Amino acid sequence: MTTTAPTTVPAGTGRGPALLAVDGLTVRFRLRDAVVHAVSDLSLDLHPGELLAVVGESGCGKSVLAHALLGLLPRNATVTGRARLHPAAGEPVDLIAVGERHLARQVRGRAIGLVPQSPATALTPVRTGRRLLEETLRAHGHPRRAAADAAERVAADVGLHPVDLDRYPHELSGGMAQRLATALALAPDPPLLLADEPTTGLDRPLVDHTLDLLRRRCDTGAAVLLITHDLAAARRVADTVAVMYASRIVEHRPTPDLFDHPGHPYTAGLLDALPDRAFTPVPGHPPMLTDLPAGCAFTPRCPRTTDACHTTPRLAADGGGRLACHHPLTPGAPA
Amino acid sequence: MTTTVDDPTGPPDSAAVTPTGLAAHQITVHFGRQRVLDRVDLHIAPGETVGLRGPSGSGKSTLARVLALLHAPDSGRVALDGRPVGGVRYRVPAAVRTRVAILFQSPRAASDPRLSLADLIAAPLRATGTPTAETTARTAELADLVGLTSDLLTRRPHAVSDGQLQRACLARALAHRPDHLLCDEATAMLDASTQAHVAAVVTDYQRRHSAGVLLITHDPALLARWATRVVDLPGAAVDPPARPPTR
Repeated sequence: MTTTAPTTVPAGTGRGPALLAVDGLTVRFRLRDAVVHAVSDLSLDLHPGELLAVVGESGCGKSVLAHALLGLLPRNATVTGRARLHPAAGEPVDLIAVGERHLARQVRGRAIGLVPQSPATALTPVRTGRRLLEETLRAHGHPRRAAADAAERVAADVGLHPVDLDRYPHELSGGMAQRLATALALAPDPPLLLADEPTTGLDRPLVDHTLDLLRRRCDTGAAVLLITHDLAAARRVADTVAVMYASRIVEHRPTPDLFDHPGHPYTAGLLDALPDRAFTPVPGHPPMLTDLPAGCAFTPRCPRTTDACHTTPRLAADGGGRLACHHPLTPGAPA
Repeated sequence: MTTTVDDPTGPPDSAAVTPTGLAAHQITVHFGRQRVLDRVDLHIAPGETVGLRGPSGSGKSTLARVLALLHAPDSGRVALDGRPVGGVRYRVPAAVRTRVAILFQSPRAASDPRLSLADLIAAPLRATGTPTAETTARTAELADLVGLTSDLLTRRPHAVSDGQLQRACLARALAHRPDHLLCDEATAMLDASTQAHVAAVVTDYQRRHSAGVLLITHDPALLARWATRVVDLPGAAVDPPARPPTR
Protein backbone atom coordinates (compact mmCIF):
# COMPACT_ATOMS: atom_id res chain seq x y z
CA MET A 1 0.00 0.00 0.00
CA THR A 2 1.39 3.35 -0.89
CA THR A 3 0.03 6.71 -0.05
CA THR A 4 -0.42 9.34 -2.66
CA ALA A 5 0.53 12.85 -1.58
CA PRO A 6 0.45 12.69 2.20
CA THR A 7 -1.20 15.64 3.84
CA THR A 8 0.86 17.09 6.58
CA VAL A 9 -1.71 19.11 8.44
CA PRO A 10 -3.34 17.38 11.36
CA ALA A 11 -6.94 18.24 12.14
CA GLY A 12 -6.61 17.99 15.88
CA THR A 13 -5.02 20.47 18.14
CA GLY A 14 -2.48 18.17 19.71
CA ARG A 15 -4.57 16.39 22.30
CA GLY A 16 -2.37 13.35 22.27
CA PRO A 17 -2.39 10.59 19.72
CA ALA A 18 -5.32 10.23 17.36
CA LEU A 19 -7.50 7.18 17.82
CA LEU A 20 -7.95 7.00 14.08
CA ALA A 21 -5.52 8.53 11.63
CA VAL A 22 -6.61 8.33 8.00
CA ASP A 23 -3.94 9.34 5.54
CA GLY A 24 -4.34 9.60 1.80
CA LEU A 25 -7.26 7.18 1.68
CA THR A 26 -8.34 6.58 -1.89
CA VAL A 27 -11.09 4.25 -3.06
CA ARG A 28 -11.79 3.38 -6.68
CA PHE A 29 -14.46 1.05 -8.04
CA ARG A 30 -13.80 -0.66 -11.33
CA LEU A 31 -16.89 -0.94 -13.48
CA ARG A 32 -17.12 -2.57 -16.87
CA ASP A 33 -16.38 0.61 -18.76
CA ALA A 34 -15.52 3.19 -16.13
CA VAL A 35 -13.76 3.85 -12.85
CA VAL A 36 -15.68 5.39 -9.97
CA HIS A 37 -13.62 7.83 -7.93
CA ALA A 38 -15.45 7.31 -4.65
CA VAL A 39 -12.88 8.65 -2.18
CA SER A 40 -9.80 10.63 -3.19
CA ASP A 41 -6.76 11.33 -1.05
CA LEU A 42 -8.75 11.70 2.15
CA SER A 43 -6.95 12.49 5.38
CA LEU A 44 -8.39 13.05 8.81
CA ASP A 45 -7.57 12.46 12.46
CA LEU A 46 -10.09 11.52 15.05
CA HIS A 47 -9.30 11.82 18.74
CA PRO A 48 -10.99 10.19 21.72
CA GLY A 49 -13.91 12.34 22.79
CA GLU A 50 -14.29 13.90 19.37
CA LEU A 51 -17.41 13.83 17.23
CA LEU A 52 -16.60 14.45 13.58
CA ALA A 53 -19.44 14.86 11.11
CA VAL A 54 -18.86 14.20 7.42
CA VAL A 55 -21.50 15.97 5.36
CA GLY A 56 -22.12 16.26 1.65
CA GLU A 57 -24.57 15.66 -1.16
CA SER A 58 -25.81 12.13 -1.78
CA GLY A 59 -23.35 10.16 -3.82
CA CYS A 60 -20.26 12.15 -2.83
CA GLY A 61 -18.54 9.15 -1.24
CA LYS A 62 -19.47 9.59 2.43
CA SER A 63 -20.71 6.07 3.04
CA VAL A 64 -17.87 4.50 1.09
CA LEU A 65 -15.50 6.04 3.62
CA ALA A 66 -17.21 4.18 6.48
CA HIS A 67 -17.29 0.92 4.60
CA ALA A 68 -13.65 1.24 3.58
CA LEU A 69 -12.61 1.61 7.22
CA LEU A 70 -14.45 -1.59 8.10
CA GLY A 71 -13.28 -3.54 5.06
CA LEU A 72 -16.84 -3.95 3.85
CA LEU A 73 -16.36 -2.81 0.27
CA PRO A 74 -17.28 -5.06 -2.65
CA ARG A 75 -14.58 -6.91 -4.57
CA ASN A 76 -14.28 -4.45 -7.40
CA ALA A 77 -12.97 -1.79 -5.03
CA THR A 78 -9.31 -0.78 -4.87
CA VAL A 79 -8.25 0.91 -1.65
CA THR A 80 -4.97 2.71 -1.17
CA GLY A 81 -3.66 4.91 1.60
CA ARG A 82 -3.53 4.27 5.31
CA ALA A 83 -6.06 4.25 8.12
CA ARG A 84 -4.30 3.56 11.39
CA LEU A 85 -6.36 2.70 14.43
CA HIS A 86 -4.60 3.18 17.78
CA PRO A 87 -6.55 1.33 20.42
CA ALA A 88 -5.87 2.26 24.03
CA ALA A 89 -4.54 -1.22 24.64
CA GLY A 90 -2.70 -3.19 22.02
CA GLU A 91 -0.87 -2.55 18.82
CA PRO A 92 -2.00 0.02 16.29
CA VAL A 93 -3.43 -1.55 13.16
CA ASP A 94 -3.67 -0.29 9.61
CA LEU A 95 -7.27 -1.03 8.73
CA ILE A 96 -6.47 -1.01 5.02
CA ALA A 97 -3.49 -3.35 5.11
CA VAL A 98 -4.67 -5.78 7.75
CA GLY A 99 -6.50 -8.84 6.51
CA GLU A 100 -10.13 -9.81 6.63
CA ARG A 101 -9.43 -12.27 9.43
CA HIS A 102 -8.11 -9.61 11.75
CA LEU A 103 -10.89 -7.20 10.85
CA ALA A 104 -13.52 -9.81 11.59
CA ARG A 105 -12.01 -10.96 14.88
CA GLN A 106 -10.56 -7.82 16.35
CA VAL A 107 -12.01 -4.76 14.70
CA ARG A 108 -15.63 -4.94 13.62
CA GLY A 109 -17.93 -4.52 16.57
CA ARG A 110 -15.07 -4.67 19.06
CA ALA A 111 -12.86 -1.75 18.11
CA ILE A 112 -15.23 -0.03 15.70
CA GLY A 113 -18.99 -0.11 16.09
CA LEU A 114 -21.21 0.60 13.10
CA VAL A 115 -24.62 2.20 13.48
CA PRO A 116 -26.09 1.21 10.14
CA GLN A 117 -28.05 3.31 7.72
CA SER A 118 -31.03 1.03 7.48
CA PRO A 119 -31.88 -0.87 10.66
CA ALA A 120 -34.53 -2.86 8.83
CA THR A 121 -31.87 -4.59 6.78
CA ALA A 122 -29.26 -4.76 9.52
CA LEU A 123 -31.26 -6.79 12.03
CA THR A 124 -31.69 -10.54 11.87
CA PRO A 125 -35.41 -11.05 11.33
CA VAL A 126 -35.59 -14.37 13.19
CA ARG A 127 -34.24 -13.13 16.53
CA THR A 128 -35.88 -10.93 19.12
CA GLY A 129 -34.10 -7.77 20.17
CA ARG A 130 -33.21 -9.37 23.47
CA ARG A 131 -31.54 -12.36 21.83
CA LEU A 132 -29.66 -10.15 19.41
CA LEU A 133 -28.34 -8.04 22.25
CA GLU A 134 -27.45 -10.99 24.49
CA GLU A 135 -25.71 -12.76 21.63
CA THR A 136 -23.70 -9.66 20.88
CA LEU A 137 -22.73 -9.19 24.50
CA ARG A 138 -21.75 -12.84 24.95
CA ALA A 139 -19.69 -12.73 21.77
CA HIS A 140 -17.84 -9.85 23.35
CA GLY A 141 -17.02 -11.68 26.52
CA HIS A 142 -19.93 -11.14 28.87
CA PRO A 143 -20.75 -14.27 30.82
CA ARG A 144 -24.21 -15.66 30.10
CA ARG A 145 -25.67 -14.45 33.41
CA ALA A 146 -24.38 -10.94 33.11
CA ALA A 147 -25.45 -10.65 29.49
CA ALA A 148 -29.14 -10.60 30.34
CA ASP A 149 -28.75 -7.71 32.75
CA ALA A 150 -26.37 -5.88 30.48
CA ALA A 151 -28.80 -6.24 27.56
CA GLU A 152 -31.53 -4.49 29.53
CA ARG A 153 -29.12 -1.80 30.63
CA VAL A 154 -27.94 -1.08 27.10
CA ALA A 155 -31.53 -1.10 25.86
CA ALA A 156 -32.60 1.35 28.54
CA ASP A 157 -29.66 3.53 27.58
CA VAL A 158 -30.99 3.98 24.05
CA GLY A 159 -34.56 4.42 25.23
CA LEU A 160 -35.92 0.95 24.45
CA HIS A 161 -38.54 -0.44 26.79
CA PRO A 162 -37.83 -3.98 28.07
CA VAL A 163 -41.18 -5.06 26.59
CA ASP A 164 -40.01 -4.03 23.12
CA LEU A 165 -36.93 -6.22 23.52
CA ASP A 166 -39.10 -9.30 23.24
CA ARG A 167 -40.35 -8.32 19.82
CA TYR A 168 -38.96 -9.37 16.48
CA PRO A 169 -37.51 -6.67 14.23
CA HIS A 170 -40.55 -6.61 11.94
CA GLU A 171 -42.74 -5.83 14.93
CA LEU A 172 -40.76 -2.70 15.72
CA SER A 173 -41.42 0.72 14.27
CA GLY A 174 -38.62 2.35 12.28
CA GLY A 175 -37.60 4.40 15.28
CA MET A 176 -37.49 1.44 17.64
CA ALA A 177 -35.53 -0.64 15.12
CA GLN A 178 -33.04 2.19 14.81
CA ARG A 179 -32.64 2.31 18.57
CA LEU A 180 -32.10 -1.44 18.67
CA ALA A 181 -29.44 -1.22 15.93
CA THR A 182 -27.79 1.58 17.87
CA ALA A 183 -27.88 -0.49 21.06
CA LEU A 184 -26.20 -3.38 19.23
CA ALA A 185 -23.41 -1.10 18.08
CA LEU A 186 -22.95 0.38 21.55
CA ALA A 187 -23.17 -2.90 23.48
CA PRO A 188 -19.52 -3.97 23.14
CA ASP A 189 -18.50 -0.44 24.10
CA PRO A 190 -16.21 0.18 21.12
CA PRO A 191 -13.80 3.12 21.37
CA LEU A 192 -14.76 4.23 17.85
CA LEU A 193 -18.27 4.46 16.44
CA LEU A 194 -19.12 4.92 12.79
CA ALA A 195 -22.67 6.20 12.39
CA ASP A 196 -23.78 6.06 8.76
CA GLU A 197 -26.87 8.24 8.38
CA PRO A 198 -28.22 6.99 11.72
CA THR A 199 -31.19 9.33 11.73
CA THR A 200 -32.72 8.86 8.29
CA GLY A 201 -36.44 8.37 8.56
CA LEU A 202 -36.73 9.19 12.23
CA ASP A 203 -38.92 11.98 13.48
CA ARG A 204 -37.33 14.99 15.08
CA PRO A 205 -37.49 13.93 18.74
CA LEU A 206 -35.95 10.56 17.85
CA VAL A 207 -33.30 12.21 15.72
CA ASP A 208 -32.35 14.38 18.66
CA HIS A 209 -32.39 11.40 21.00
CA THR A 210 -30.08 9.36 18.76
CA LEU A 211 -27.71 12.28 18.26
CA ASP A 212 -27.56 13.03 21.95
CA LEU A 213 -26.78 9.38 22.59
CA LEU A 214 -23.78 9.59 20.25
CA ARG A 215 -22.76 12.84 21.88
CA ARG A 216 -22.84 11.24 25.32
CA ARG A 217 -20.63 8.41 24.07
CA CYS A 218 -18.13 11.03 23.02
CA ASP A 219 -18.31 12.77 26.34
CA THR A 220 -17.39 9.50 28.03
CA GLY A 221 -14.31 9.07 25.87
CA ALA A 222 -15.37 7.37 22.65
CA ALA A 223 -14.81 8.89 19.21
CA VAL A 224 -17.64 9.14 16.70
CA LEU A 225 -17.54 9.54 12.95
CA LEU A 226 -21.02 10.71 11.98
CA ILE A 227 -21.85 10.46 8.31
CA THR A 228 -24.91 12.48 7.45
CA HIS A 229 -26.57 14.65 4.86
CA ASP A 230 -28.43 16.49 7.60
CA LEU A 231 -26.63 19.75 8.36
CA ALA A 232 -28.90 20.48 11.30
CA ALA A 233 -27.88 17.18 12.87
CA ALA A 234 -24.20 17.92 12.35
CA ARG A 235 -24.64 21.35 13.86
CA ARG A 236 -26.35 19.93 16.92
CA VAL A 237 -23.68 17.48 18.02
CA ALA A 238 -20.46 17.67 16.02
CA ASP A 239 -17.20 19.15 17.30
CA THR A 240 -15.86 19.50 13.78
CA VAL A 241 -17.53 19.14 10.40
CA ALA A 242 -15.85 17.91 7.23
CA VAL A 243 -17.59 18.78 3.98
CA MET A 244 -17.13 16.26 1.19
CA TYR A 245 -17.62 17.10 -2.44
CA ALA A 246 -17.05 14.71 -5.33
CA SER A 247 -14.93 12.25 -3.30
CA ARG A 248 -12.75 14.84 -1.55
CA ILE A 249 -12.89 16.74 1.71
CA VAL A 250 -13.06 20.37 0.63
CA GLU A 251 -13.39 21.96 4.04
CA HIS A 252 -13.01 20.81 7.62
CA ARG A 253 -13.31 23.06 10.65
CA PRO A 254 -14.89 23.44 14.07
CA THR A 255 -18.69 23.38 13.79
CA PRO A 256 -19.52 26.99 14.73
CA ASP A 257 -16.82 28.35 12.38
CA LEU A 258 -18.09 26.27 9.51
CA PHE A 259 -21.67 27.40 9.91
CA ASP A 260 -20.84 31.04 10.53
CA HIS A 261 -17.82 31.56 8.29
CA PRO A 262 -17.66 28.94 5.55
CA GLY A 263 -14.47 29.23 3.52
CA HIS A 264 -15.31 27.04 0.54
CA PRO A 265 -17.88 28.33 -1.97
CA TYR A 266 -19.48 24.87 -1.95
CA THR A 267 -19.93 24.94 1.84
CA ALA A 268 -21.48 28.37 1.52
CA GLY A 269 -23.81 27.11 -1.21
CA LEU A 270 -24.84 24.10 0.86
CA LEU A 271 -25.61 26.32 3.84
CA ASP A 272 -27.61 28.67 1.63
CA ALA A 273 -29.80 25.73 0.62
CA LEU A 274 -31.05 25.30 4.20
CA PRO A 275 -34.73 26.16 4.60
CA ASP A 276 -33.96 28.59 7.41
CA ARG A 277 -31.43 30.39 5.22
CA ALA A 278 -31.85 31.31 1.54
CA PHE A 279 -33.44 27.94 0.58
CA THR A 280 -31.82 28.12 -2.85
CA PRO A 281 -30.06 25.08 -4.27
CA VAL A 282 -26.43 25.13 -5.34
CA PRO A 283 -26.69 25.81 -9.08
CA GLY A 284 -25.90 22.96 -11.43
CA HIS A 285 -25.38 19.33 -10.54
CA PRO A 286 -22.65 17.38 -8.80
CA PRO A 287 -20.29 15.72 -11.28
CA MET A 288 -20.42 12.01 -11.95
CA LEU A 289 -17.78 10.20 -9.90
CA THR A 290 -16.86 8.31 -13.07
CA ASP A 291 -16.08 11.51 -14.89
CA LEU A 292 -14.61 14.12 -12.58
CA PRO A 293 -13.34 17.33 -14.12
CA ALA A 294 -9.62 18.03 -13.90
CA GLY A 295 -8.67 20.27 -11.01
CA CYS A 296 -11.24 21.41 -8.50
CA ALA A 297 -14.40 19.36 -9.08
CA PHE A 298 -16.61 22.26 -8.00
CA THR A 299 -15.35 24.50 -10.81
CA PRO A 300 -18.38 24.08 -13.13
CA ARG A 301 -20.76 25.24 -10.37
CA CYS A 302 -18.56 27.81 -8.70
CA PRO A 303 -19.07 31.56 -9.03
CA ARG A 304 -15.42 32.27 -8.20
CA THR A 305 -13.79 30.06 -10.82
CA THR A 306 -10.61 31.25 -12.52
CA ASP A 307 -7.91 29.51 -14.53
CA ALA A 308 -6.13 28.59 -11.33
CA CYS A 309 -9.01 26.21 -10.50
CA HIS A 310 -7.90 23.76 -13.19
CA THR A 311 -5.26 22.46 -10.82
CA THR A 312 -6.51 20.52 -7.83
CA PRO A 313 -6.28 22.66 -4.69
CA ARG A 314 -4.52 21.10 -1.73
CA LEU A 315 -6.36 20.64 1.52
CA ALA A 316 -4.27 23.03 3.57
CA ALA A 317 -4.47 24.57 7.02
CA ASP A 318 -6.73 27.58 7.11
CA GLY A 319 -7.62 29.41 10.26
CA GLY A 320 -8.62 26.76 12.76
CA GLY A 321 -9.38 24.18 10.09
CA ARG A 322 -8.52 22.89 6.66
CA LEU A 323 -9.64 24.14 3.29
CA ALA A 324 -9.12 23.12 -0.34
CA CYS A 325 -9.87 26.15 -2.45
CA HIS A 326 -7.91 28.59 -4.61
CA HIS A 327 -10.35 31.43 -3.91
CA PRO A 328 -11.73 30.99 -0.40
CA LEU A 329 -14.48 33.20 0.94
CA THR A 330 -12.89 33.90 4.28
CA PRO A 331 -11.09 37.22 4.11
CA GLY A 332 -7.45 37.11 5.06
CA ALA A 333 -7.05 33.41 4.36
CA PRO A 334 -3.99 32.33 2.42
CA ALA A 335 -5.04 32.08 -1.22
CA MET B 1 -57.03 21.97 11.23
CA THR B 2 -60.25 21.71 10.46
CA THR B 3 -63.11 21.92 8.23
CA THR B 4 -65.73 20.15 10.18
CA VAL B 5 -68.61 18.46 8.55
CA ASP B 6 -71.84 18.79 10.45
CA ASP B 7 -73.23 15.44 9.60
CA PRO B 8 -70.53 12.82 9.35
CA THR B 9 -73.00 10.08 8.61
CA GLY B 10 -74.77 11.92 5.84
CA PRO B 11 -74.55 10.77 2.25
CA PRO B 12 -71.74 12.09 0.09
CA ASP B 13 -72.90 15.09 -1.82
CA SER B 14 -71.55 17.88 -3.93
CA ALA B 15 -72.71 20.52 -1.48
CA ALA B 16 -69.83 19.79 0.85
CA VAL B 17 -68.28 22.66 2.73
CA THR B 18 -65.38 22.97 0.34
CA PRO B 19 -66.21 23.20 -3.33
CA THR B 20 -62.71 23.13 -4.81
CA GLY B 21 -59.60 21.25 -3.86
CA LEU B 22 -58.92 17.93 -2.25
CA ALA B 23 -60.77 17.17 0.95
CA ALA B 24 -60.85 14.38 3.47
CA HIS B 25 -64.04 14.13 5.51
CA GLN B 26 -64.14 12.24 8.78
CA ILE B 27 -61.57 9.69 7.69
CA THR B 28 -61.21 6.68 9.96
CA VAL B 29 -58.68 3.93 9.32
CA HIS B 30 -57.89 0.85 11.37
CA PHE B 31 -55.01 -1.54 10.99
CA GLY B 32 -56.23 -4.60 12.77
CA ARG B 33 -57.47 -3.42 16.14
CA GLN B 34 -55.37 -0.31 16.03
CA ARG B 35 -57.14 2.87 15.06
CA VAL B 36 -54.69 4.94 13.06
CA LEU B 37 -56.96 7.78 12.02
CA ASP B 38 -60.05 8.79 13.90
CA ARG B 39 -62.52 11.03 12.06
CA VAL B 40 -59.90 13.27 10.54
CA ASP B 41 -60.77 16.21 8.30
CA LEU B 42 -58.33 17.91 6.00
CA HIS B 43 -58.75 20.23 3.10
CA ILE B 44 -56.17 21.32 0.54
CA ALA B 45 -57.24 24.25 -1.61
CA PRO B 46 -55.74 24.87 -5.05
CA GLY B 47 -52.44 26.69 -4.82
CA GLU B 48 -51.88 26.27 -1.11
CA THR B 49 -49.26 24.25 0.71
CA VAL B 50 -50.62 22.50 3.77
CA GLY B 51 -48.02 21.30 6.22
CA LEU B 52 -48.95 18.16 8.11
CA ARG B 53 -47.22 17.56 11.39
CA GLY B 54 -47.50 14.92 14.07
CA PRO B 55 -45.49 12.41 16.04
CA SER B 56 -44.30 9.10 14.60
CA GLY B 57 -47.24 6.77 14.16
CA SER B 58 -49.87 9.49 14.26
CA GLY B 59 -51.14 8.45 10.83
CA LYS B 60 -49.63 11.15 8.62
CA SER B 61 -48.55 8.74 5.94
CA THR B 62 -51.81 6.83 6.16
CA LEU B 63 -53.72 10.04 5.63
CA ALA B 64 -51.55 10.83 2.62
CA ARG B 65 -52.24 7.37 1.19
CA VAL B 66 -55.95 7.85 1.72
CA LEU B 67 -55.83 11.24 0.01
CA ALA B 68 -53.80 9.74 -2.85
CA LEU B 69 -56.63 7.22 -3.30
CA LEU B 70 -54.26 4.36 -2.58
CA HIS B 71 -56.00 3.22 0.57
CA ALA B 72 -59.73 3.01 1.11
CA PRO B 73 -60.71 4.45 4.49
CA ASP B 74 -62.85 2.34 6.81
CA SER B 75 -65.23 5.24 7.00
CA GLY B 76 -65.34 8.80 5.79
CA ARG B 77 -64.70 9.94 2.26
CA VAL B 78 -62.30 11.79 0.03
CA ALA B 79 -63.72 14.48 -2.23
CA LEU B 80 -62.14 16.16 -5.24
CA ASP B 81 -63.66 19.55 -5.99
CA GLY B 82 -66.65 18.60 -3.90
CA ARG B 83 -67.24 15.28 -5.63
CA PRO B 84 -66.77 12.16 -3.56
CA VAL B 85 -64.19 9.76 -4.89
CA GLY B 86 -64.53 6.04 -4.66
CA GLY B 87 -66.43 3.40 -6.43
CA VAL B 88 -67.07 -0.26 -6.33
CA ARG B 89 -64.34 -1.76 -4.16
CA TYR B 90 -62.45 1.50 -4.37
CA ARG B 91 -61.61 1.19 -8.04
CA VAL B 92 -60.95 4.79 -8.80
CA PRO B 93 -61.11 5.75 -12.49
CA ALA B 94 -57.79 6.80 -14.02
CA ALA B 95 -59.19 10.21 -14.92
CA VAL B 96 -59.65 10.87 -11.21
CA ARG B 97 -56.55 9.09 -9.96
CA THR B 98 -54.22 11.07 -12.16
CA ARG B 99 -55.38 14.29 -10.54
CA VAL B 100 -53.62 13.45 -7.28
CA ALA B 101 -49.96 12.44 -7.19
CA ILE B 102 -47.81 11.34 -4.29
CA LEU B 103 -44.09 11.47 -3.65
CA PHE B 104 -42.68 9.13 -1.02
CA GLN B 105 -39.72 9.36 1.31
CA SER B 106 -37.65 6.60 -0.19
CA PRO B 107 -37.37 6.86 -3.97
CA ARG B 108 -35.62 3.50 -4.03
CA ALA B 109 -38.59 1.73 -2.50
CA ALA B 110 -40.88 3.56 -4.90
CA SER B 111 -39.17 2.65 -8.16
CA ASP B 112 -38.94 -0.55 -10.15
CA PRO B 113 -35.24 -1.50 -10.20
CA ARG B 114 -35.60 -2.95 -13.69
CA LEU B 115 -36.74 0.26 -15.34
CA SER B 116 -34.48 2.98 -16.65
CA LEU B 117 -35.23 6.43 -15.29
CA ALA B 118 -36.83 7.33 -18.64
CA ASP B 119 -39.18 4.34 -18.41
CA LEU B 120 -39.88 5.16 -14.79
CA ILE B 121 -40.97 8.68 -15.70
CA ALA B 122 -42.96 7.45 -18.68
CA ALA B 123 -44.76 4.69 -16.77
CA PRO B 124 -47.87 6.68 -15.78
CA LEU B 125 -48.17 8.03 -19.32
CA ARG B 126 -47.98 4.53 -20.82
CA ALA B 127 -50.44 3.25 -18.24
CA THR B 128 -53.07 5.60 -19.56
CA GLY B 129 -52.35 4.85 -23.21
CA THR B 130 -50.59 8.05 -24.20
CA PRO B 131 -49.27 7.81 -27.80
CA THR B 132 -45.58 6.91 -28.01
CA ALA B 133 -44.41 10.13 -29.63
CA GLU B 134 -46.20 12.21 -27.04
CA THR B 135 -44.81 10.05 -24.22
CA THR B 136 -41.26 10.54 -25.49
CA ALA B 137 -41.66 14.29 -25.77
CA ARG B 138 -43.35 14.61 -22.39
CA THR B 139 -40.67 12.46 -20.71
CA ALA B 140 -37.92 14.71 -22.03
CA GLU B 141 -39.86 17.76 -20.91
CA LEU B 142 -40.34 16.31 -17.40
CA ALA B 143 -36.69 15.29 -17.10
CA ASP B 144 -35.72 18.79 -18.02
CA LEU B 145 -38.16 20.22 -15.49
CA VAL B 146 -36.56 18.32 -12.60
CA GLY B 147 -33.03 18.83 -13.88
CA LEU B 148 -32.11 15.30 -14.96
CA THR B 149 -29.58 15.23 -17.78
CA SER B 150 -30.16 12.85 -20.68
CA ASP B 151 -27.22 10.61 -19.80
CA LEU B 152 -28.95 9.80 -16.51
CA LEU B 153 -32.20 8.79 -18.19
CA THR B 154 -30.77 5.56 -19.57
CA ARG B 155 -29.57 4.43 -16.15
CA ARG B 156 -31.42 2.21 -13.74
CA PRO B 157 -32.12 3.17 -10.13
CA HIS B 158 -29.09 1.35 -8.68
CA ALA B 159 -26.76 3.48 -10.78
CA VAL B 160 -28.01 6.87 -9.60
CA SER B 161 -27.97 8.66 -6.26
CA ASP B 162 -30.98 9.07 -3.97
CA GLY B 163 -31.26 12.69 -5.00
CA GLN B 164 -31.29 11.87 -8.70
CA LEU B 165 -33.79 9.07 -8.20
CA GLN B 166 -36.10 11.26 -6.13
CA ARG B 167 -36.04 13.81 -8.93
CA ALA B 168 -37.08 11.07 -11.36
CA CYS B 169 -39.91 10.14 -8.98
CA LEU B 170 -40.96 13.79 -8.88
CA ALA B 171 -40.99 13.88 -12.69
CA ARG B 172 -43.12 10.73 -12.67
CA ALA B 173 -45.51 12.28 -10.15
CA LEU B 174 -45.94 15.35 -12.35
CA ALA B 175 -46.40 13.34 -15.58
CA HIS B 176 -50.16 13.81 -15.70
CA ARG B 177 -50.07 17.39 -14.44
CA PRO B 178 -51.87 16.57 -11.19
CA ASP B 179 -53.96 19.14 -9.36
CA HIS B 180 -52.56 17.94 -6.06
CA LEU B 181 -49.17 16.71 -5.02
CA LEU B 182 -48.69 14.95 -1.71
CA CYS B 183 -45.12 14.98 -0.41
CA ASP B 184 -44.68 12.38 2.32
CA GLU B 185 -41.28 13.23 3.86
CA ALA B 186 -40.16 13.50 0.26
CA THR B 187 -37.00 15.41 1.07
CA ALA B 188 -36.03 13.78 4.36
CA MET B 189 -33.38 11.59 2.73
CA LEU B 190 -31.96 14.37 0.59
CA ASP B 191 -29.08 16.74 1.24
CA ALA B 192 -29.82 20.43 1.67
CA SER B 193 -29.09 21.41 -1.93
CA THR B 194 -31.21 18.64 -3.47
CA GLN B 195 -33.99 19.40 -0.98
CA ALA B 196 -34.00 23.05 -1.99
CA HIS B 197 -33.99 22.02 -5.64
CA VAL B 198 -36.95 19.63 -5.25
CA ALA B 199 -38.80 22.30 -3.28
CA ALA B 200 -38.12 24.86 -6.01
CA VAL B 201 -39.42 22.53 -8.73
CA VAL B 202 -42.57 21.76 -6.74
CA THR B 203 -43.25 25.40 -5.87
CA ASP B 204 -42.75 26.44 -9.47
CA TYR B 205 -45.13 23.73 -10.70
CA GLN B 206 -47.59 24.70 -7.99
CA ARG B 207 -47.60 28.33 -9.09
CA ARG B 208 -48.07 27.57 -12.76
CA HIS B 209 -50.81 24.97 -12.27
CA SER B 210 -52.33 26.38 -9.13
CA ALA B 211 -51.82 22.98 -7.58
CA GLY B 212 -52.43 22.11 -3.96
CA VAL B 213 -49.52 20.57 -2.03
CA LEU B 214 -49.54 18.50 1.13
CA LEU B 215 -46.21 18.67 2.89
CA ILE B 216 -45.52 16.01 5.49
CA THR B 217 -42.26 16.66 7.29
CA HIS B 218 -40.61 16.52 10.69
CA ASP B 219 -38.41 19.47 9.88
CA PRO B 220 -39.73 22.63 11.55
CA ALA B 221 -37.50 24.85 9.41
CA LEU B 222 -38.90 23.34 6.22
CA LEU B 223 -42.49 23.75 7.46
CA ALA B 224 -41.88 27.35 8.42
CA ARG B 225 -40.35 28.09 5.06
CA TRP B 226 -42.67 26.26 2.74
CA ALA B 227 -46.11 25.60 4.23
CA THR B 228 -48.79 28.25 3.94
CA ARG B 229 -50.56 26.69 6.91
CA VAL B 230 -49.83 23.82 9.25
CA VAL B 231 -52.18 21.14 10.46
CA ASP B 232 -51.38 19.01 13.50
CA LEU B 233 -52.33 15.38 13.67
CA PRO B 234 -52.60 14.54 17.34
CA GLY B 235 -50.93 11.30 18.22
CA ALA B 236 -53.22 10.65 21.17
CA ALA B 237 -55.70 8.54 19.26
CA VAL B 238 -53.05 6.08 18.25
CA ASP B 239 -51.45 5.27 21.56
CA PRO B 240 -51.04 1.53 21.94
CA PRO B 241 -54.56 0.21 22.23
CA ALA B 242 -55.64 -1.07 25.57
CA ARG B 243 -56.34 -4.75 25.78
CA PRO B 244 -59.69 -5.50 24.22
CA PRO B 245 -62.35 -5.34 26.91
CA THR B 246 -63.06 -8.73 28.32
CA ARG B 247 -66.43 -9.45 29.69
